[in-house]
Amino acid sequence: MSTATQTKKAKTEGGSLAGYLGGNLKQYVMVAALVVITLWFQYDTNGLMLLPNNVVSLIQQNAYVFILTIGMVMIIVAGHIDLSVGSVVAFVGGITGLMIMQWDIAWPVAVVLAIVLGGVVGAWQGFWVAYVGIPAFIVTLGGMLLFRGLAIYFVGTTVGGLPSDFNALANGALPNWLGFAGNLDVVSVVIGAVAALGLLISQVRTRRELVKNDLRTEPFAAFLGKLVVGVAAIGYLTWLLASSAGGMPIVLIIVGVLVLLYSFIMNNTIFGRHIYAMGGNLPAAMLSGVKTKRVNFLLFVNMGLLAGVAAVITTARAGSSVAAAGQNYELDAIAAAFIGGTAVTGGVGKVTGAIIGALIMGVLNMGLSITNVVPEWQMVIKGLVLIVAVAFDILNKRRGK
Amino acid sequence: MANDTTPILEMRGITKTFPGVKALSDVTLSVARGEVHAICGENGAGKSTLMKVLSGVYGYGSYEGDIVFEGETCKFKTTRDSEERGIVIIHQELALSPFLSIAENIFLGNERASGGVINWAQTNRQAADLLTRVGLNEQPDTKIMDIGVGKQQLVEIAKALSKKVKLLILDEPTAALNDEDSAHLLGLLRQLKAEGITSIIISHKLNEIAAIADSTTIIRDGQSIETLDMHGAEPVSEDRIIRTMVGRDLENRYPDHTPTIGEEILRIENWTVHHPNDPSRVVVDNAALDVRAGEIVGIAGLMGAGRTELAMSVFGHSYGTGISGQLYLHGKPVGIKTVSAAIENGIAYATEDRKHYGLNLIEDIKRNTTAARLQKIARLGVVNAAKEITISEQYRKDMRTKTPSVDVQVGKLSGGNQQKVVLSRWLFAEPEVLILDEPTRGIDVGAKYEIYEIINKLADSGKAVIVISSELPELLGICDRIYAMSQGRITGQLPRAEASQESLMRYMTMEKSGATR
Repeated sequence: MSTATQTKKAKTEGGSLAGYLGGNLKQYVMVAALVVITLWFQYDTNGLMLLPNNVVSLIQQNAYVFILTIGMVMIIVAGHIDLSVGSVVAFVGGITGLMIMQWDIAWPVAVVLAIVLGGVVGAWQGFWVAYVGIPAFIVTLGGMLLFRGLAIYFVGTTVGGLPSDFNALANGALPNWLGFAGNLDVVSVVIGAVAALGLLISQVRTRRELVKNDLRTEPFAAFLGKLVVGVAAIGYLTWLLASSAGGMPIVLIIVGVLVLLYSFIMNNTIFGRHIYAMGGNLPAAMLSGVKTKRVNFLLFVNMGLLAGVAAVITTARAGSSVAAAGQNYELDAIAAAFIGGTAVTGGVGKVTGAIIGALIMGVLNMGLSITNVVPEWQMVIKGLVLIVAVAFDILNKRRGK
Repeated sequence: MANDTTPILEMRGITKTFPGVKALSDVTLSVARGEVHAICGENGAGKSTLMKVLSGVYGYGSYEGDIVFEGETCKFKTTRDSEERGIVIIHQELALSPFLSIAENIFLGNERASGGVINWAQTNRQAADLLTRVGLNEQPDTKIMDIGVGKQQLVEIAKALSKKVKLLILDEPTAALNDEDSAHLLGLLRQLKAEGITSIIISHKLNEIAAIADSTTIIRDGQSIETLDMHGAEPVSEDRIIRTMVGRDLENRYPDHTPTIGEEILRIENWTVHHPNDPSRVVVDNAALDVRAGEIVGIAGLMGAGRTELAMSVFGHSYGTGISGQLYLHGKPVGIKTVSAAIENGIAYATEDRKHYGLNLIEDIKRNTTAARLQKIARLGVVNAAKEITISEQYRKDMRTKTPSVDVQVGKLSGGNQQKVVLSRWLFAEPEVLILDEPTRGIDVGAKYEIYEIINKLADSGKAVIVISSELPELLGICDRIYAMSQGRITGQLPRAEASQESLMRYMTMEKSGATR
């Protein structure tokens, strides 16, 4: 290719590959950090880290963080915070146990009611934040106490003996309907293939749309690289899951659907746009006709719904409702969001970023446990990771200016 | 040597350049010892910049020229340096901390303390003395938030006195005050003068200047035009000052335009708005205004006249409390109380402050373009991304926004291009009435011409356009009809043919009847 055409091409593609990587440094660094940490533990544990059954339990153990951090990213992007989600998980989870064990409600109905209850809790907090104008920090700090208190009042300590079908939501795998190919569960393989195909199609379509409208696209090498890496990652994960004892964890399907749904909401709906607009410049959003009170209210209702889902998963994983459940869940969700690149000042943040943040924390948790690092040092390390991640983000931004 | 006949302050050949703009050009100012010296000029003429140079906000080295204070050439690096010499500036927006007491504010940064421990007895006693001196009857421990703006102004002066002020600079000291407080303040300035304190007062209120100033320097387009002796043989008339303030040739900086004026689209009557934080203060006073299809109507007024407040209160009550009056669209009365209702009813308002109230600077051009009416390109709440791209591309081409793509962050654009994004947004909202607040502020001359062309095109497409501007030539150059506002009231209305800078300035400086003389 001649130099002239190269420069022309570079222009429409918004700069060289190096320039492109520079501009998107943050997201690549987070993914790279996840990969490096994982590989290091893989080496340090002599391959224990990525054993199929360990990967499944990594997903199952951290499902609540994935679910909560989705809502938390949205809250933080809008310029708020929610400190109450851990207590809400305990409260809703407690009521779920009571519904099934003492009020004889069929568990699928109880699950739906639990999520609705989460929404009601969210509406309560949203009311104070949006319509009374109390800072979310205060409202949810109050909520943290309030719902923990209610959880203890209703549950006492534990309500146990939940049905195994219900518990399978968190611990179980999809049934092996399609048999095995070698030692691989075919259901998992099919789902993995669908996911990889979905990624390919959506990426190619987006790029074609950009090219059609003569818009800046990422350099082709980066595009191709991203696709290869993405498909390879899905393929590897699929192989791990398909060769695990149970197969495809049910909770991964739930998390996957939520991630896709909420990424779509944040990127492609008016509601999502309004969240970014409010976080980026609140007065400007108001003067553009954004109904800020309503958006704030709905944000907290949404956080409540997701806390309801997390409550169901947490309860199912424990097999019982525990009044002390959900301790520090809010901090896990907030840390995941920030490690995943959400801006402290609001306006910037992605659902997928927060999921990567949650994975980094999850891998650290598991790796440090396998390598027998004592809990006190685990806490120190995770605290440092959070600070370094946000410091990197801030320094990177300052350098950009 | 400094003695009573030499000036206390001389600024010689002051030139201050900002990137792309020459804010001050060879300005000379000479202030006699013990006088009250007024500085007059249009918005943006360079008055505040000059005072910032003097007080060290723009430190030595960032400007050209000399500052000679009490016979010594001064090189102030910061405001602290100038304050040490006894030059204190009181800004238009008061710099007091609302939750601290009067005494704490007076000595803020200059605490009465020994070894870092505050001596409260001394603080309060000295504060009380200063309060007596400025004639403020409040306890030193009263919180700033509990006293009105007029009294706060006096606290600022007390604070200046605590620093052993020799030259007191007041930037628009009475702009936010009622008549009584203004009169008191002017009285205090006379008293300080008797005590030997020299003051410089920047003011738009010509009657005030006539009442208190010993001499007046007029600044226009960053140049000092002349200094008038207010006690000279010939009395200085307000007309004389106005003529000098605006005396500038109209060049051909505006595109030709023949309007096609249709039916009335928007009209307001008895429109009254109160200040959001101080509901007793009337910000817009019984205003009436109308605008027709295809018409470009201007609103002229000096700082604090209530133009932006009027526009924003019409735009879905986005400013003010206790808003009363009637709003008509196409002759029918409507009640529009939210921004979204205003947009749905075809009213758009492009703010004067793009960065803080207009754009989301961390988002890209396309998202800013569609922000005011996303539902136009959405179905069931889902935004059609492809449509968004093609539409914002179209606006980019129409407006000739200079950027490689609509994916570029708005914060990275120049002022002119940012303004084009703001205009794109409001055009996309398809309004019938478009209110443009200072549409060319901070934009270079070439881009200004393009903005004027866009405004003309809008009017030709049948929209009613209201332009708020501090630049009179701009209003005269593009508007078909111009309203003038002063102190919240609409004081006059002139068709373009009859309007001149002088006639507008006369309406813009018109006082409420019964004002202090």
